[in-house]
Amino acid sequence: MSTAAFIFIAIFTLSGALAAACLRKLIHAAFCLVVAFLGLALFYFLLGAEFVGLVQVFVYVGAVAVLIVFTILLTRREEENTGGFNWGGAVVALAVFAGLVWTIFKTPGTAVAAPPIEALTVKRIGEALMTSYVWPLQCVGLLLTAALLGALVLVMEEKR
Amino acid sequence: MTATSVDQTFVSLKGWLLSFGFISGAPEWVQAIVSSLINISALLGVFMTLFALISVLERKILGRIQNRYGPNRVGPFGLFQPVADGIKLLIKEDIVPDRADKVVHFLAPIMAAMPAILALGVIPYGRNMTAFSIDGGILFFFAVGSASELAVFMAGWGSNNKFSMLGAMRAIAQMVSYELPLIITVLPVVMIVGALSADAIVAAQAGYAQGFIPRWFVFTPWGGAAFLLFFISGLVESNRTPFDVPEGESEIVAGHMTEYSGFKYAIFFLAEYFGMFAISGLSVTLFLGGWHAPLPFLEIVPSYIWFFAKLAVLLFVFIWIRGTLPRMRVDHVMNFAWKFMMPMAFTCIVAAAAWHYQRQSVLRWVWSLGILLVVYLALSRFLRTGKNLSTRTYRFAE
Repeated sequence: MSTAAFIFIAIFTLSGALAAACLRKLIHAAFCLVVAFLGLALFYFLLGAEFVGLVQVFVYVGAVAVLIVFTILLTRREEENTGGFNWGGAVVALAVFAGLVWTIFKTPGTAVAAPPIEALTVKRIGEALMTSYVWPLQCVGLLLTAALLGALVLVMEEKR
Repeated sequence: MTATSVDQTFVSLKGWLLSFGFISGAPEWVQAIVSSLINISALLGVFMTLFALISVLERKILGRIQNRYGPNRVGPFGLFQPVADGIKLLIKEDIVPDRADKVVHFLAPIMAAMPAILALGVIPYGRNMTAFSIDGGILFFFAVGSASELAVFMAGWGSNNKFSMLGAMRAIAQMVSYELPLIITVLPVVMIVGALSADAIVAAQAGYAQGFIPRWFVFTPWGGAAFLLFFISGLVESNRTPFDVPEGESEIVAGHMTEYSGFKYAIFFLAEYFGMFAISGLSVTLFLGGWHAPLPFLEIVPSYIWFFAKLAVLLFVFIWIRGTLPRMRVDHVMNFAWKFMMPMAFTCIVAAAAWHYQRQSVLRWVWSLGILLVVYLALSRFLRTGKNLSTRTYRFAE
Protein backbone atom coordinates (compact mmCIF):
# COMPACT_ATOMS: atom_id res chain seq x y z
CA MET A 1 0.00 0.00 0.00
CA SER A 2 2.70 2.42 1.10
CA THR A 3 4.95 1.52 -1.85
CA ALA A 4 2.10 1.89 -4.30
CA ALA A 5 1.25 5.27 -2.81
CA PHE A 6 4.91 6.30 -2.97
CA ILE A 7 5.17 5.41 -6.66
CA PHE A 8 1.91 7.17 -7.46
CA ILE A 9 2.90 10.34 -5.58
CA ALA A 10 6.40 10.25 -7.10
CA ILE A 11 4.97 10.12 -10.63
CA PHE A 12 2.51 12.89 -9.75
CA THR A 13 5.22 15.15 -8.30
CA LEU A 14 7.80 14.49 -10.99
CA SER A 15 5.36 15.02 -13.84
CA GLY A 16 4.32 18.31 -12.25
CA ALA A 17 7.93 19.41 -11.89
CA LEU A 18 8.82 18.28 -15.41
CA ALA A 19 5.86 20.14 -16.87
CA ALA A 20 6.87 23.22 -14.89
CA ALA A 21 10.32 23.04 -16.46
CA CYS A 22 9.19 22.30 -20.02
CA LEU A 23 5.99 24.24 -20.67
CA ARG A 24 6.27 27.25 -22.94
CA LYS A 25 3.76 29.52 -21.27
CA LEU A 26 5.17 30.81 -18.01
CA ILE A 27 1.80 30.90 -16.27
CA HIS A 28 1.14 27.24 -17.09
CA ALA A 29 4.56 26.39 -15.70
CA ALA A 30 3.67 28.20 -12.49
CA PHE A 31 0.46 26.20 -12.12
CA CYS A 32 2.36 22.96 -12.73
CA LEU A 33 4.81 23.98 -10.04
CA VAL A 34 1.83 24.10 -7.68
CA VAL A 35 1.16 20.45 -8.57
CA ALA A 36 4.75 19.63 -7.61
CA PHE A 37 4.33 21.50 -4.31
CA LEU A 38 1.20 19.48 -3.59
CA GLY A 39 3.07 16.28 -4.37
CA LEU A 40 5.74 17.21 -1.81
CA ALA A 41 3.01 17.79 0.78
CA LEU A 42 1.61 14.33 -0.01
CA PHE A 43 5.07 12.87 0.68
CA TYR A 44 5.03 14.47 4.12
CA PHE A 45 1.61 12.95 4.77
CA LEU A 46 2.92 9.57 3.67
CA LEU A 47 5.78 9.88 6.16
CA GLY A 48 3.33 10.71 8.95
CA ALA A 49 4.47 14.33 9.25
CA GLU A 50 0.97 15.76 9.11
CA PHE A 51 1.85 19.19 10.46
CA VAL A 52 4.72 19.76 8.03
CA GLY A 53 2.54 18.59 5.14
CA LEU A 54 -0.25 21.00 6.02
CA VAL A 55 2.18 23.86 6.44
CA GLN A 56 3.70 22.95 3.06
CA VAL A 57 0.28 23.32 1.40
CA PHE A 58 -0.48 26.45 3.39
CA VAL A 59 2.75 28.27 2.64
CA TYR A 60 3.62 27.04 -0.84
CA VAL A 61 0.20 26.73 -2.46
CA GLY A 62 -1.41 29.55 -0.53
CA ALA A 63 1.35 32.12 -0.50
CA VAL A 64 4.36 31.27 -2.67
CA ALA A 65 2.28 30.21 -5.67
CA VAL A 66 0.18 33.37 -5.52
CA LEU A 67 3.39 35.39 -5.24
CA ILE A 68 4.90 33.68 -8.30
CA VAL A 69 1.73 34.10 -10.31
CA PHE A 70 1.50 37.78 -9.41
CA THR A 71 5.14 38.32 -10.28
CA ILE A 72 4.52 36.85 -13.71
CA LEU A 73 1.40 38.94 -14.13
CA LEU A 74 3.09 42.21 -13.18
CA THR A 75 6.38 41.76 -15.01
CA ARG A 76 5.76 39.90 -18.28
CA ARG A 77 4.74 41.86 -21.31
CA GLU A 78 5.59 39.52 -24.20
CA GLU A 79 3.51 36.38 -24.60
CA GLU A 80 6.21 33.74 -24.23
CA ASN A 81 9.97 33.57 -24.44
CA THR A 82 11.90 32.53 -27.52
CA GLY A 83 12.23 28.74 -27.48
CA GLY A 84 15.59 27.03 -27.76
CA PHE A 85 17.13 24.66 -25.27
CA ASN A 86 18.42 26.32 -22.13
CA TRP A 87 21.90 24.73 -21.80
CA GLY A 88 22.94 26.79 -18.80
CA GLY A 89 19.85 25.72 -16.89
CA ALA A 90 20.44 22.08 -17.75
CA VAL A 91 24.04 22.27 -16.48
CA VAL A 92 22.95 23.89 -13.20
CA ALA A 93 20.17 21.31 -12.74
CA LEU A 94 22.59 18.44 -13.38
CA ALA A 95 25.10 19.91 -10.94
CA VAL A 96 22.45 20.25 -8.22
CA PHE A 97 21.25 16.70 -8.90
CA ALA A 98 24.81 15.34 -8.74
CA GLY A 99 25.39 17.20 -5.48
CA LEU A 100 22.22 15.74 -3.98
CA VAL A 101 23.07 12.20 -5.09
CA TRP A 102 26.58 12.57 -3.68
CA THR A 103 25.19 13.80 -0.34
CA ILE A 104 22.67 10.98 -0.16
CA PHE A 105 25.35 8.36 -0.76
CA LYS A 106 27.73 10.02 1.70
CA THR A 107 25.15 10.04 4.47
CA PRO A 108 25.50 6.91 6.58
CA GLY A 109 22.46 5.05 7.85
CA THR A 110 19.65 6.19 5.60
CA ALA A 111 18.16 2.83 6.52
CA VAL A 112 17.92 3.51 10.27
CA ALA A 113 14.46 2.76 11.61
CA ALA A 114 12.51 5.93 12.34
CA PRO A 115 11.93 6.63 16.04
CA PRO A 116 8.31 6.17 17.13
CA ILE A 117 6.36 9.31 16.28
CA GLU A 118 4.51 10.87 19.19
CA ALA A 119 1.07 12.30 18.66
CA LEU A 120 1.19 15.81 17.27
CA THR A 121 0.21 18.45 19.77
CA VAL A 122 0.36 22.19 19.38
CA LYS A 123 1.87 22.29 22.84
CA ARG A 124 4.90 20.26 21.73
CA ILE A 125 5.43 22.38 18.64
CA GLY A 126 5.10 25.51 20.74
CA GLU A 127 7.55 24.23 23.33
CA ALA A 128 10.09 23.30 20.68
CA LEU A 129 9.78 26.72 19.05
CA MET A 130 10.07 28.57 22.35
CA THR A 131 13.00 26.60 23.80
CA SER A 132 15.41 24.87 21.43
CA TYR A 133 14.53 26.87 18.33
CA VAL A 134 13.94 30.25 19.86
CA TRP A 135 16.87 31.92 18.05
CA PRO A 136 15.90 30.78 14.56
CA LEU A 137 12.31 31.82 15.33
CA GLN A 138 13.42 35.30 16.41
CA CYS A 139 15.62 35.68 13.34
CA VAL A 140 12.76 34.71 11.04
CA GLY A 141 10.53 37.15 12.87
CA LEU A 142 13.07 39.94 12.40
CA LEU A 143 13.47 39.10 8.72
CA LEU A 144 9.73 39.13 8.13
CA THR A 145 9.30 42.43 9.96
CA ALA A 146 12.06 43.95 7.84
CA ALA A 147 10.36 42.63 4.69
CA LEU A 148 7.03 44.07 5.78
CA LEU A 149 8.57 47.48 6.50
CA GLY A 150 10.42 47.34 3.18
CA ALA A 151 7.20 46.65 1.33
CA LEU A 152 5.53 49.59 3.06
CA VAL A 153 8.42 51.91 2.21
CA LEU A 154 8.29 50.85 -1.45
CA VAL A 155 4.58 51.58 -1.66
CA MET A 156 4.96 54.98 0.01
CA GLU A 157 7.72 55.98 -2.42
CA GLU A 158 5.42 55.33 -5.33
CA LYS A 159 2.68 57.49 -3.95
CA ARG A 160 4.80 60.65 -3.74
CA MET B 1 -35.56 4.55 21.31
CA THR B 2 -33.39 6.41 23.76
CA ALA B 3 -31.91 9.84 23.20
CA THR B 4 -28.42 8.40 22.70
CA SER B 5 -29.51 6.02 19.98
CA VAL B 6 -31.29 8.84 18.13
CA ASP B 7 -28.18 10.96 18.54
CA GLN B 8 -26.02 8.21 17.06
CA THR B 9 -28.46 7.18 14.28
CA PHE B 10 -26.17 8.11 11.44
CA VAL B 11 -23.08 6.71 13.12
CA SER B 12 -24.86 3.38 13.64
CA LEU B 13 -26.17 3.49 10.08
CA LYS B 14 -22.63 3.76 8.79
CA GLY B 15 -21.51 0.94 11.07
CA TRP B 16 -24.37 -1.19 9.73
CA LEU B 17 -23.41 -0.42 6.12
CA LEU B 18 -19.82 -1.42 6.86
CA SER B 19 -20.86 -4.66 8.57
CA PHE B 20 -22.04 -6.31 5.34
CA GLY B 21 -20.16 -9.51 4.65
CA PHE B 22 -18.55 -8.50 1.40
CA ILE B 23 -17.18 -5.31 3.00
CA SER B 24 -16.19 -6.55 6.44
CA GLY B 25 -14.52 -9.57 4.81
CA ALA B 26 -12.54 -7.39 2.40
CA PRO B 27 -8.95 -6.26 3.08
CA GLU B 28 -8.45 -3.31 5.38
CA TRP B 29 -7.71 -0.75 2.68
CA VAL B 30 -10.95 -1.60 0.86
CA GLN B 31 -12.83 -1.00 4.10
CA ALA B 32 -11.03 2.32 4.58
CA ILE B 33 -11.96 3.42 1.08
CA VAL B 34 -15.60 2.34 1.48
CA SER B 35 -15.77 4.15 4.81
CA SER B 36 -14.41 7.36 3.22
CA LEU B 37 -16.81 7.02 0.30
CA ILE B 38 -19.78 6.78 2.68
CA ASN B 39 -18.57 9.92 4.48
CA ILE B 40 -18.05 11.80 1.22
CA SER B 41 -21.44 10.90 -0.20
CA ALA B 42 -23.20 11.82 3.04
CA LEU B 43 -21.39 15.15 3.13
CA LEU B 44 -22.09 15.96 -0.51
CA GLY B 45 -25.71 14.84 -0.23
CA VAL B 46 -26.40 17.00 2.79
CA PHE B 47 -24.66 20.09 1.51
CA MET B 48 -25.99 19.88 -2.05
CA THR B 49 -29.49 19.78 -0.54
CA LEU B 50 -28.63 22.68 1.74
CA PHE B 51 -27.25 24.56 -1.27
CA ALA B 52 -30.48 24.06 -3.21
CA LEU B 53 -32.49 25.09 -0.19
CA ILE B 54 -30.44 28.17 0.64
CA SER B 55 -30.50 29.42 -2.97
CA VAL B 56 -34.27 29.68 -2.82
CA LEU B 57 -34.44 30.75 0.84
CA GLU B 58 -31.97 33.55 0.19
CA ARG B 59 -34.18 34.94 -2.55
CA LYS B 60 -37.25 34.54 -0.36
CA ILE B 61 -35.62 36.34 2.56
CA LEU B 62 -34.23 39.08 0.33
CA GLY B 63 -37.74 39.44 -1.07
CA ARG B 64 -39.14 39.79 2.44
CA ILE B 65 -36.53 42.42 3.29
CA GLN B 66 -37.28 44.35 0.11
CA ASN B 67 -41.04 44.03 0.61
CA ARG B 68 -41.78 41.78 -2.37
CA TYR B 69 -42.66 38.12 -2.80
CA GLY B 70 -39.54 36.47 -4.14
CA PRO B 71 -39.81 33.25 -6.19
CA ASN B 72 -43.23 31.66 -5.67
CA ARG B 73 -44.18 30.05 -9.01
CA VAL B 74 -42.47 26.64 -9.00
CA GLY B 75 -43.92 24.20 -6.49
CA PRO B 76 -45.35 25.10 -3.08
CA PHE B 77 -43.94 28.46 -1.89
CA GLY B 78 -41.48 28.32 -4.80
CA LEU B 79 -39.58 25.49 -3.11
CA PHE B 80 -38.83 23.70 -6.41
CA GLN B 81 -37.16 26.79 -7.83
CA PRO B 82 -33.64 25.24 -7.45
CA VAL B 83 -34.71 22.32 -9.69
CA ALA B 84 -35.84 24.73 -12.37
CA ASP B 85 -32.63 26.76 -11.94
CA GLY B 86 -30.51 23.62 -12.19
CA ILE B 87 -32.19 22.44 -15.41
CA LYS B 88 -31.91 25.93 -16.88
CA LEU B 89 -28.19 26.16 -16.08
CA LEU B 90 -27.55 22.65 -17.43
CA ILE B 91 -29.12 23.35 -20.83
CA LYS B 92 -27.59 26.80 -21.20
CA GLU B 93 -24.90 27.29 -23.80
CA ASP B 94 -21.36 26.94 -22.53
CA ILE B 95 -19.35 29.76 -24.09
CA VAL B 96 -15.56 29.76 -24.05
CA PRO B 97 -13.97 32.94 -25.40
CA ASP B 98 -11.83 32.47 -28.49
CA ARG B 99 -8.79 34.14 -26.96
CA ALA B 100 -9.14 32.39 -23.61
CA ASP B 101 -6.50 30.13 -22.15
CA LYS B 102 -8.69 27.06 -22.65
CA VAL B 103 -7.17 24.66 -20.12
CA VAL B 104 -6.93 27.22 -17.33
CA HIS B 105 -10.42 28.51 -18.13
CA PHE B 106 -11.76 24.97 -17.85
CA LEU B 107 -9.90 24.08 -14.65
CA ALA B 108 -10.73 27.24 -12.70
CA PRO B 109 -14.30 26.30 -11.61
CA ILE B 110 -13.11 22.86 -10.54
CA MET B 111 -10.25 24.39 -8.57
CA ALA B 112 -12.72 26.78 -6.95
CA ALA B 113 -15.16 24.08 -5.85
CA MET B 114 -12.55 21.60 -4.64
CA PRO B 115 -11.15 23.50 -1.61
CA ALA B 116 -14.64 24.50 -0.46
CA ILE B 117 -15.79 20.87 -0.47
CA LEU B 118 -12.58 19.62 1.16
CA ALA B 119 -12.82 22.18 3.95
CA LEU B 120 -16.28 20.89 4.89
CA GLY B 121 -14.74 17.53 5.76
CA VAL B 122 -12.99 18.51 9.00
CA ILE B 123 -16.00 20.06 10.74
CA PRO B 124 -17.68 17.97 13.47
CA TYR B 125 -21.39 17.86 12.62
CA GLY B 126 -22.43 15.96 15.71
CA ARG B 127 -21.16 13.59 18.37
CA ASN B 128 -18.73 11.21 16.57
CA MET B 129 -19.72 12.78 13.27
CA THR B 130 -16.54 14.25 11.81
CA ALA B 131 -16.08 13.08 8.23
CA PHE B 132 -12.32 13.55 8.20
CA SER B 133 -10.99 13.62 11.73
CA ILE B 134 -7.30 14.53 11.82
CA ASP B 135 -5.15 16.12 14.51
CA GLY B 136 -4.42 19.21 12.48
CA GLY B 137 -8.06 19.75 11.43
CA ILE B 138 -8.10 23.53 11.75
CA LEU B 139 -4.79 23.83 9.91
CA PHE B 140 -6.18 21.57 7.16
CA PHE B 141 -9.18 23.86 6.82
CA PHE B 142 -7.01 26.89 6.15
CA ALA B 143 -4.46 25.00 4.08
CA VAL B 144 -7.06 23.88 1.54
CA GLY B 145 -8.84 27.21 1.82
CA SER B 146 -5.72 29.02 0.67
CA ALA B 147 -5.94 27.21 -2.67
CA SER B 148 -9.11 29.11 -3.53
CA GLU B 149 -7.11 32.27 -4.24
CA LEU B 150 -5.31 30.38 -6.97
CA ALA B 151 -8.66 29.33 -8.43
CA VAL B 152 -9.79 32.93 -8.60
CA PHE B 153 -6.58 33.87 -10.33
CA MET B 154 -6.98 31.01 -12.81
CA ALA B 155 -10.48 32.22 -13.63
CA GLY B 156 -9.29 35.78 -14.10
CA TRP B 157 -6.25 34.90 -16.18
CA GLY B 158 -7.83 32.13 -18.20
CA SER B 159 -10.70 34.29 -19.37
CA ASN B 160 -8.34 36.79 -21.02
CA ASN B 161 -10.69 39.64 -20.28
CA LYS B 162 -9.81 42.85 -18.51
CA PHE B 163 -12.84 42.76 -16.24
CA SER B 164 -12.09 39.18 -15.25
CA MET B 165 -8.49 40.08 -14.47
CA LEU B 166 -9.44 43.20 -12.51
CA GLY B 167 -12.02 41.24 -10.55
CA ALA B 168 -9.51 38.51 -9.81
CA MET B 169 -6.94 41.08 -8.64
CA ARG B 170 -9.49 42.67 -6.33
CA ALA B 171 -10.62 39.29 -5.02
CA ILE B 172 -7.09 38.09 -4.32
CA ALA B 173 -6.11 41.39 -2.70
CA GLN B 174 -8.97 41.25 -0.26
CA MET B 175 -8.74 37.50 0.33
CA VAL B 176 -5.03 37.70 1.15
CA SER B 177 -5.61 40.66 3.46
CA TYR B 178 -8.51 39.15 5.35
CA GLU B 179 -6.93 35.73 5.60
CA LEU B 180 -4.60 37.17 8.24
CA PRO B 181 -7.30 38.31 10.70
CA LEU B 182 -9.26 35.14 9.89
CA ILE B 183 -6.40 32.92 10.98
CA ILE B 184 -5.17 35.12 13.82
CA THR B 185 -8.62 35.15 15.43
CA VAL B 186 -8.52 31.35 15.47
CA LEU B 187 -5.28 31.42 17.46
CA PRO B 188 -6.84 32.39 20.84
CA VAL B 189 -9.09 29.33 20.66
CA VAL B 190 -6.17 27.08 19.71
CA MET B 191 -4.12 28.61 22.55
CA ILE B 192 -6.80 28.04 25.19
CA VAL B 193 -7.67 24.52 24.01
CA GLY B 194 -4.09 23.53 23.23
CA ALA B 195 -5.02 21.50 20.17
CA LEU B 196 -5.59 22.00 16.45
CA SER B 197 -8.20 19.27 16.20
CA ALA B 198 -11.79 20.40 15.68
CA ASP B 199 -13.08 17.59 17.89
CA ALA B 200 -10.89 18.71 20.80
CA ILE B 201 -12.09 22.30 20.40
CA VAL B 202 -15.73 21.21 20.53
CA ALA B 203 -15.01 18.97 23.53
CA ALA B 204 -13.41 21.91 25.36
CA GLN B 205 -16.68 23.84 25.10
CA ALA B 206 -18.79 21.18 26.83
CA GLY B 207 -20.51 21.80 30.14
CA TYR B 208 -22.31 24.73 31.70
CA ALA B 209 -21.12 27.44 34.10
CA GLN B 210 -23.53 28.00 37.05
CA GLY B 211 -25.50 25.09 35.67
CA PHE B 212 -27.06 26.93 32.74
CA ILE B 213 -24.59 29.22 30.92
CA PRO B 214 -22.90 27.14 28.21
CA ARG B 215 -19.10 27.28 28.21
CA TRP B 216 -18.93 28.38 24.61
CA PHE B 217 -16.00 30.58 23.72
CA VAL B 218 -18.29 33.27 22.37
CA PHE B 219 -19.32 33.97 25.98
CA THR B 220 -15.82 35.06 26.99
CA PRO B 221 -14.56 38.58 26.20
CA TRP B 222 -11.77 37.41 23.89
CA GLY B 223 -14.03 34.80 22.30
CA GLY B 224 -16.80 37.29 21.62
CA ALA B 225 -14.42 39.77 20.01
CA ALA B 226 -12.67 37.03 18.04
CA PHE B 227 -16.01 35.68 16.85
CA LEU B 228 -17.06 39.06 15.48
CA LEU B 229 -13.72 39.55 13.72
CA PHE B 230 -13.81 35.99 12.39
CA PHE B 231 -17.32 36.43 11.08
CA ILE B 232 -16.45 39.67 9.28
CA SER B 233 -13.36 38.08 7.75
CA GLY B 234 -15.54 35.13 6.76
CA LEU B 235 -17.90 37.50 4.94
CA VAL B 236 -14.94 38.82 2.96
CA GLU B 237 -13.47 35.38 2.24
CA SER B 238 -16.74 34.20 0.78
CA ASN B 239 -17.09 37.43 -1.25
CA ARG B 240 -20.43 38.36 0.25
CA THR B 241 -21.91 41.83 0.59
CA PRO B 242 -20.84 44.32 1.86
CA PHE B 243 -17.48 43.00 0.69
CA ASP B 244 -18.40 41.81 -2.79
CA VAL B 245 -16.26 44.36 -4.65
CA PRO B 246 -14.60 41.56 -6.71
CA GLU B 247 -17.90 41.01 -8.48
CA GLY B 248 -19.26 44.52 -8.27
CA GLU B 249 -21.56 44.37 -11.29
CA SER B 250 -21.82 48.14 -11.75
CA GLU B 251 -18.05 48.44 -12.17
CA ILE B 252 -16.56 45.22 -13.50
CA VAL B 253 -19.52 43.15 -14.81
CA ALA B 254 -19.13 40.00 -12.69
CA GLY B 255 -15.45 40.03 -11.82
CA HIS B 256 -13.60 36.81 -12.45
CA MET B 257 -16.85 35.09 -13.47
CA THR B 258 -17.56 37.45 -16.37
CA GLU B 259 -16.61 34.97 -19.10
CA TYR B 260 -18.31 31.96 -17.54
CA SER B 261 -21.74 30.76 -18.52
CA GLY B 262 -23.96 27.75 -18.04
CA PHE B 263 -22.85 25.10 -15.64
CA LYS B 264 -19.36 26.46 -15.10
CA TYR B 265 -20.95 29.59 -13.70
CA ALA B 266 -23.16 27.39 -11.53
CA ILE B 267 -20.08 25.68 -10.14
CA PHE B 268 -18.60 29.04 -9.15
CA PHE B 269 -21.90 29.79 -7.48
CA LEU B 270 -21.75 26.44 -5.68
CA ALA B 271 -18.17 27.08 -4.58
CA GLU B 272 -19.18 30.43 -3.11
CA TYR B 273 -22.02 28.89 -1.11
CA PHE B 274 -19.95 25.91 0.00
CA GLY B 275 -17.30 28.36 1.15
CA MET B 276 -19.99 30.16 3.11
CA PHE B 277 -21.12 26.88 4.70
CA ALA B 278 -17.54 26.00 5.57
CA ILE B 279 -16.79 29.36 7.20
CA SER B 280 -20.07 29.34 9.12
CA GLY B 281 -19.52 25.74 10.16
CA LEU B 282 -16.05 26.58 11.40
CA SER B 283 -17.27 29.56 13.41
CA VAL B 284 -19.94 27.36 14.98
CA THR B 285 -17.22 24.85 15.84
CA LEU B 286 -14.74 27.39 17.17
CA PHE B 287 -16.92 29.82 19.06
CA LEU B 288 -20.52 28.62 19.31
CA GLY B 289 -19.86 25.30 21.01
CA GLY B 290 -20.12 23.08 17.94
CA TRP B 291 -22.86 20.52 18.40
CA HIS B 292 -23.42 21.19 22.12
CA ALA B 293 -26.90 22.15 23.26
CA PRO B 294 -27.38 25.71 24.58
CA LEU B 295 -29.11 24.55 27.78
CA PRO B 296 -28.59 21.38 29.86
CA PHE B 297 -32.16 20.05 29.59
CA LEU B 298 -32.07 20.47 25.80
CA GLU B 299 -29.39 17.82 25.46
CA ILE B 300 -32.07 15.25 24.58
CA VAL B 301 -32.26 16.83 21.14
CA PRO B 302 -29.69 15.11 18.87
CA SER B 303 -26.36 16.89 18.52
CA TYR B 304 -26.45 17.25 14.73
CA ILE B 305 -29.74 19.16 14.99
CA TRP B 306 -28.03 21.71 17.21
CA PHE B 307 -25.14 22.04 14.81
CA PHE B 308 -27.37 22.66 11.82
CA ALA B 309 -29.62 25.00 13.82
CA LYS B 310 -26.60 27.17 14.66
CA LEU B 311 -25.41 26.94 11.06
CA ALA B 312 -28.84 28.06 9.87
CA VAL B 313 -28.76 31.07 12.19
CA LEU B 314 -25.34 32.13 10.87
CA LEU B 315 -26.45 31.64 7.25
CA PHE B 316 -29.49 33.77 7.98
CA VAL B 317 -27.21 36.52 9.29
CA PHE B 318 -25.18 36.28 6.05
CA ILE B 319 -28.36 36.82 4.02
CA TRP B 320 -29.64 39.50 6.38
CA ILE B 321 -26.41 41.47 5.98
CA ARG B 322 -26.66 41.10 2.22
CA GLY B 323 -30.17 42.50 2.27
CA THR B 324 -29.28 45.43 4.52
CA LEU B 325 -25.82 46.79 3.81
CA PRO B 326 -24.58 48.48 0.64
CA ARG B 327 -21.27 47.54 -0.94
CA MET B 328 -18.07 49.02 0.51
CA ARG B 329 -15.51 50.88 -1.58
CA VAL B 330 -12.36 48.92 -2.44
CA ASP B 331 -9.90 51.10 -0.56
CA HIS B 332 -12.13 51.20 2.52
CA VAL B 333 -12.23 47.40 2.56
CA MET B 334 -8.44 47.23 2.52
CA ASN B 335 -7.99 50.01 5.09
CA PHE B 336 -10.40 48.25 7.40
CA ALA B 337 -8.42 45.03 7.11
CA TRP B 338 -5.00 46.42 7.91
CA LYS B 339 -5.80 49.26 10.27
CA PHE B 340 -8.61 47.78 12.33
CA MET B 341 -8.99 44.02 11.88
CA MET B 342 -5.31 43.17 12.24
CA PRO B 343 -4.61 45.09 15.50
CA MET B 344 -7.87 43.85 17.01
CA ALA B 345 -7.07 40.26 16.04
CA PHE B 346 -3.69 40.50 17.76
CA THR B 347 -5.37 42.04 20.80
CA CYS B 348 -7.63 38.99 21.03
CA ILE B 349 -4.53 36.85 21.48
CA VAL B 350 -3.29 39.05 24.34
CA ALA B 351 -6.74 39.09 25.92
CA ALA B 352 -6.92 35.29 25.70
CA ALA B 353 -3.50 35.03 27.34
CA ALA B 354 -4.66 37.29 30.19
CA TRP B 355 -7.76 35.09 30.53
CA HIS B 356 -5.63 31.99 30.63
CA TYR B 357 -3.16 33.16 33.27
CA GLN B 358 -5.60 35.01 35.53
CA ARG B 359 -7.40 32.17 37.27
CA GLN B 360 -9.68 34.29 39.44
CA SER B 361 -13.05 34.54 37.72
CA VAL B 362 -13.87 38.25 38.18
CA LEU B 363 -10.33 39.48 37.55
CA ARG B 364 -9.99 37.51 34.33
CA TRP B 365 -13.08 39.26 32.96
CA VAL B 366 -11.71 42.64 34.04
CA TRP B 367 -8.29 42.02 32.51
CA SER B 368 -9.52 40.48 29.30
CA LEU B 369 -12.23 43.06 28.67
CA GLY B 370 -9.91 45.88 29.73
CA ILE B 371 -7.24 44.97 27.19
CA LEU B 372 -9.80 44.73 24.39
CA LEU B 373 -11.47 48.01 25.33
CA VAL B 374 -8.23 49.97 25.63
CA VAL B 375 -7.07 48.88 22.17
CA TYR B 376 -10.50 49.39 20.65
CA LEU B 377 -10.80 52.91 22.05
CA ALA B 378 -7.21 53.76 21.07
CA LEU B 379 -7.83 52.56 17.54
CA SER B 380 -11.05 54.49 17.18
CA ARG B 381 -9.37 57.60 18.59
CA PHE B 382 -6.16 57.54 16.55
CA LEU B 383 -7.28 56.13 13.23
CA ARG B 384 -8.94 59.49 12.43
CA THR B 385 -11.59 57.78 10.39
CA GLY B 386 -13.03 61.07 9.21
CA LYS B 387 -9.93 62.35 7.46
CA ASN B 388 -10.77 60.94 4.03
CA LEU B 389 -14.21 62.44 3.83
CA SER B 390 -13.03 65.29 1.58
CA THR B 391 -13.61 65.12 -2.17
CA ARG B 392 -11.83 62.17 -3.66
CA THR B 393 -9.49 62.82 -6.58
CA TYR B 394 -9.25 60.27 -9.36
CA ARG B 395 -6.21 59.60 -11.49
CA PHE B 396 -8.00 58.60 -14.67
CA ALA B 397 -11.29 60.44 -14.35
CA GLU B 398 -12.57 63.91 -13.72
